[in-house]
Amino acid sequence: MTTGFVFALAGAALFALGVAGVVLIGHLLRRILAFNLMGSGACLVLVGLAQRHDVADPVPQAMVLTGIVVAVAATALALALVRKLHALTGQLELLDDADK
Amino acid sequence: MKRMMVVALVVTLALAFVFLLSGAMLELGPAAIDLRAQVSAHLAESGVSHPVTAVLLNYRGYDTLLEIAVLLLALLAILAVVGDAPASPSRATHPVLQTLGRLATPLMVVVAVYLLWAGAFRPGGAFQAGAVLAAAAVLLHLVGLLPGWSTPRLRLRIGLAAGFALFLAVAAALLTQGSLLQYPPDAAGALILLIESGLTVSLALILAGLFLFLAREERA
Repeated sequence: MTTGFVFALAGAALFALGVAGVVLIGHLLRRILAFNLMGSGACLVLVGLAQRHDVADPVPQAMVLTGIVVAVAATALALALVRKLHALTGQLELLDDADK
Repeated sequence: MKRMMVVALVVTLALAFVFLLSGAMLELGPAAIDLRAQVSAHLAESGVSHPVTAVLLNYRGYDTLLEIAVLLLALLAILAVVGDAPASPSRATHPVLQTLGRLATPLMVVVAVYLLWAGAFRPGGAFQAGAVLAAAAVLLHLVGLLPGWSTPRLRLRIGLAAGFALFLAVAAALLTQGSLLQYPPDAAGALILLIESGLTVSLALILAGLFLFLAREERA
């Protein structure tokens, strides 16, 4: 049980927390946060498992670096869409088709 | 009642997922494909001495090329969403905050240049440098020294696209020599530094734009 494994286990827990949040929470801002939690969990699993040997594997680290930047871009786009939705409807939750 | 059952079901499934995944990770054998030996074996001809930078900009350069393309795409999508609403005027904040912003910004620029240069041999590189520069821009905006951006004019557009265009030009030029983004070993270091410099400028503008283009009054 190395520190790498601890990171990977924490990543799995974070990912599950994020999934539960995305499914259960209606408020869009908190849903975006939960989605980011999923991404952080996946990154932690990749980085944690990459360093379970004595020398860390640089390939997953580079992939995580790429993933962080793409996650930032996706989050910003999601926030812009939420702001637009709020400006258009005054809502911060997605409506079901049945509620309309 | 129905809501409670849904919550209980989701939490149970999530817990089961954690236990299954943790069990799988604890029983994981050695990796089937071990790239560490290949990475360190070719480090001398990659042009940089830090393995993560070598992976990002040499071995898997196309990943980074597509990454900057994704960032540019996200910014274009945000510009399409916000439309042409005028930028809201910056609010004057406390003078202490403004002085702090004025003091911190030059230091952040120095740190960004250092990070860009250090990427060749230790943790650092274009993305970290660009993030620090963008953070400086956001800081200046928050203390009221930099107004939010409205629809970009030609100069800003060129700056936003320059990193991607430069990267693409290098990739296309190397395509005539052989395969995509396969640097000649003796010029690899200089090419990587050139690409990273362009990436730093564009990344800083794009990441700052993700914040500053949204800093305006939202209207329907």
